[in-house]
Amino acid sequence: MSYNWNWRIFWSPSPEGAGTYWDMLLQGLLTTLEVSALAWIVALVLGCLMGVLRTVPNRAAQAVGAGWVELFRNIPLLVQLFLWYFVLPEVVPAAAGDWMKGLRDAPFIIASVGIGFFMSARVAEQLRAGLGALPRGQRLAGTALGLTTPQTYRYVLLPMAFRIILPPLTSELINTIKNTSVALTIGLAELTARARAMQEFSFQVFEAFTAATVAYLVVNLAATLLMRWLERRVRVPGYVGG
Amino acid sequence: MGGFDWDVIRRSLSYLFLDGMRFTLTLTFLAAAGGVVLGTGLALLRLAGGRVLGGVATGYVNLMRSLPLVLVIFWFYFLVPYLGQWATGASRPVQVGAFTSSLLTFTLFEAAYFSEIIRAGIGSIPRGQMAAGYALGLTYRQVMGSVILPQVFRTMLPVLLTQTIILFQDTSLVYVLSITDFMGAASKVAQRDGRLVEMYVFAAAVYFAVCFGASQAVKRLQGRIAIIR
Repeated sequence: MSYNWNWRIFWSPSPEGAGTYWDMLLQGLLTTLEVSALAWIVALVLGCLMGVLRTVPNRAAQAVGAGWVELFRNIPLLVQLFLWYFVLPEVVPAAAGDWMKGLRDAPFIIASVGIGFFMSARVAEQLRAGLGALPRGQRLAGTALGLTTPQTYRYVLLPMAFRIILPPLTSELINTIKNTSVALTIGLAELTARARAMQEFSFQVFEAFTAATVAYLVVNLAATLLMRWLERRVRVPGYVGG
Repeated sequence: MGGFDWDVIRRSLSYLFLDGMRFTLTLTFLAAAGGVVLGTGLALLRLAGGRVLGGVATGYVNLMRSLPLVLVIFWFYFLVPYLGQWATGASRPVQVGAFTSSLLTFTLFEAAYFSEIIRAGIGSIPRGQMAAGYALGLTYRQVMGSVILPQVFRTMLPVLLTQTIILFQDTSLVYVLSITDFMGAASKVAQRDGRLVEMYVFAAAVYFAVCFGASQAVKRLQGRIAIIR
């Protein structure tokens, strides 16, 4: 290969201002982690709400949950982010639109919310599957004990379902981290965007991408180990894997 | 927002669908076909390729599945010219077109996901069938090719198709290389005519209609082709 490797490039000052290319990539990694964490919180909160709605004994609630999942699952993430970023400020009242456009961290906020909504459809599906996997008797037992539907969910169904769906939630967490890279299209300076910028400034394309690759591998490995630890902590005795 | 301008959509329909959607669909189907073939190979290597080849296949699948697609698209976009130079022995990096580069990227990337589906499918076939095949005097190749894999493709067809719908959505990411796929076409018109709202809402509606329709069809298919055991 006629390519000039130069691994010392990471210690050269970056043209973006203070710091080296190494600092630049670290900054990007930090943004990736921050957006991932925020998006994951949004996805868990909305996903749990919608997953529960799909299983409660109420037609209207089920329809809302199903509509939500279909809406956010069938549009590519890139298109969803464009809708949030370019379209939403135009279709809300002018004052609100101007406020949105004026936000200094608009890409950061929109990436967190947009990726969170996108992932919430997947979390909802996992939770629905988890709730569906519970023996029917558990819901009946809750009712027989005089619990209301919210109490049955709070004290019987959800504590079990969450522990059952932890393994698939691990892959959804990793998907969330990976999906933050799509936000470079709305100008978020996350890890992939920083690697790309480093390539454009320095022409050391493979060093930049290798660094980003290693960073993603480490982050995903850490997320997997963290979730495995959580799985062991909360596993249900007597269940598969418990 | 001054009214929704339907005319800009009508005027650009042929560009959106004949240029954009054709690229998107061609890329989706070729990458899915290539991905299934390569994915089957990877799955077989992992199951019966021995320690070295199996390890390489496992490493490849895990690597691809831990990286964001956007980063992989960039990797291949810059790497493929050098690989082409190495393969053909040319003196300079070989320039490949946008389509070849993205087809290669999506085939190699999706192969990792397809291989996991195929592997799960092979795992779901009762062990006795393998033994029965050997007892009949078939070779490994014959058992896999005529007994196991046909059932795997049948039972896993809904999952493979669902993955293809995801692939269809993912192809929108070639946007980062400024390629005119469906989303790229929509975004070019949007920026040229200053009609972001109309074009992006329309693009979202089209993606939704295609993906929703396709996933409903897969759901119906699932009920019809299931093997009852």
